[in-house]
Amino acid sequence: MSILVDKSTRVIVQGLTGATGHFHAKACREYGTQVVGGVTPGKGGTVFEGFPIFDTVEQAVAETGADCSLIFVPPPFAADAIMEAADAGLALAICITEGVPTLDMVRCMQFLKGRSTRLVGPNCPGVITPGQAKIGIMPGYIHRPGSVGVVSRSGTLTYEAVHQLTQLGIGQSTCVGIGGDPIIGTGFIDVLRLFQDDPGTDGIILIGEIGGSAEEEAAKFIEQHVTKPVTVFIAGQTAPKGKRMGHAGAIIAGGAGTAADKMKAFAAAGARVVKSAAELGRTMAAALGR
Amino acid sequence: MNIHEFQAKEILRKYGVPLLQGGVARSPEEAAAVAARLGGTVVVKAQIHAGGRGKAGGVKVVASPEKAAEFARGLLGKPLVTHQTGPDGRVVRQVLVESGCDIARELYLGVVVDRATGKVGIIASPDGGVEIEEVAAKTPERIFHETIDPTVGFAAYQGRRLAFRLGLPKELVNKAVGFFAAVTRAFHECDASMVEINPLVVTKGGELIALDAKVSLDDNALFRHADLREYRDVHEEDPRETEAAKYDLSYIALSGNIGCMVNGAGLAMATMDIVKHAGGEPANFLDVGGGADQKKVAEAFRILLSDASVRAIFINVFGGILRCDVFAEGVVAAAKEVGLSVPLVVRMEGTNVERGKEILKSSGLAIEAAGDMAEGARLAVAAAARGAGASR
Repeated sequence: MSILVDKSTRVIVQGLTGATGHFHAKACREYGTQVVGGVTPGKGGTVFEGFPIFDTVEQAVAETGADCSLIFVPPPFAADAIMEAADAGLALAICITEGVPTLDMVRCMQFLKGRSTRLVGPNCPGVITPGQAKIGIMPGYIHRPGSVGVVSRSGTLTYEAVHQLTQLGIGQSTCVGIGGDPIIGTGFIDVLRLFQDDPGTDGIILIGEIGGSAEEEAAKFIEQHVTKPVTVFIAGQTAPKGKRMGHAGAIIAGGAGTAADKMKAFAAAGARVVKSAAELGRTMAAALGR
Repeated sequence: MNIHEFQAKEILRKYGVPLLQGGVARSPEEAAAVAARLGGTVVVKAQIHAGGRGKAGGVKVVASPEKAAEFARGLLGKPLVTHQTGPDGRVVRQVLVESGCDIARELYLGVVVDRATGKVGIIASPDGGVEIEEVAAKTPERIFHETIDPTVGFAAYQGRRLAFRLGLPKELVNKAVGFFAAVTRAFHECDASMVEINPLVVTKGGELIALDAKVSLDDNALFRHADLREYRDVHEEDPRETEAAKYDLSYIALSGNIGCMVNGAGLAMATMDIVKHAGGEPANFLDVGGGADQKKVAEAFRILLSDASVRAIFINVFGGILRCDVFAEGVVAAAKEVGLSVPLVVRMEGTNVERGKEILKSSGLAIEAAGDMAEGARLAVAAAARGAGASR
């Protein structure tokens, strides 16, 4: 079992004909993901590297029956691309694009309210269910099918955790990079809820970062709703004090956003908190009695 | 991107936010000229990208153009140290000279993007003139919030509610609504990430005035604001950070002696953390990103080595898209190119890692290879300790 994506997921890539989109569309297809087409306005009707290209997401969905979009559209147009995916009724939109203006995301999130599309990202590595579907930019071969769910705000640090698990012979159910931007579609709590409800997930690794209060809220959720073992690492324990604007943003939520605060919150919620990222795999293994 | 107070006020003035008359001066003579033009008592304010200027002696009320020039002479060209600048301070290159005013009350107003709601939020407090963090810690009940609806924008009723909560007299409520609306419009139209008016003063004459102003702009949105890009002041940035940015490297200087080179921001922070747990001190945060070729690695080496306190370099790379063999070739070529003078510890993992390790081993360079992050950190700390004894 898994969450969000599996071998039946049919993916279109928005921005497939760009250099990055093209590279990763092929890598996803090679992994076994059903990449059924691409969207590049003005190139509809052509075939690019074996992928049929459409002018609009609506057309692509009508022709291919896609239910998920992977977005590589450049930052100035990324929020618009997400809204187009939502308007076309896709169940899932995964936006990899880094550098989307924050106020574009404010408007985009408002647009998504009341629509059925779940957004993952932006500025994230994507989602992978090992052995079934890789919808993102993560290196597929480090993963292995199994029962640990991974959710993270970081990219390469997630690969680090996954690699440790795989080295220990522990596979993953699904790995979700939620992205490091201030405003993101799917948060820790959404993914924790999915993992808790997924019979194929026995344990969860959560990787957070300094700033904001998403981790504190996730800790509260774990305390109340998660019965599976959770292992946590927070990056930035030794980072110098954040810029003032970070604090001003955190004031509304009533948290300071430091690593120490977040680690304390998770420990109080019963999660196993590691100080070093090198301990993630072993600690999860111990929690699972392996 | 942070900008100066006088630039923030230029923006706010365009949106109709009430401000005092004033002008920026880059010499004592200019300061005297602005003071003479304004007449009467004026305030001279050092312009640097840091708060706490008043307490640090960077702001003064003076009674004449001569006094304005004298105070400006004492500030210009010299570093000003505040609790936000670090011990070296920031060199003052310009001062803002403004008319004085009779202050009856000092309030606080901030507009920020609230991560929790995913919307823009307004924060206001009747306790202006002090740091809002302090108010939030001691008297959180004296901070009022409004969340702006992204579809309709700031609504007048929200302004009235804030004004009444702030205890403004009813004659001032409509003025306050206009004030908040103007600040909020400036925030949205400039793609700001923060606008802070502290203090927002009520004068004895019953006017609302933005006495101080701080604006941060969203770097990701600067592509659509050519005019605002002009406000960038490279003097306010660490020259190494500026240099790094040219090569698409993300670098932040710290005070330790172990130079770190990592791909990905999260892993870079985790690497700093593990260096510290191993008993060392990171000299920097450096994210080389996804496409680290020889040119980028060489630049990264140069930037790390330009910090005289660096005694060892720790490279921690998880190659996914970035292949380890390609990266290793880049490291070897770059180390030879820059004549690497400190011990180098490399921990690589990921695509083609065996070939990558082979390339490092056969390079003839004294590179210590680490099996995992923790070992890499231990080796780097030991190397830095040895290096600290020797000179570079």
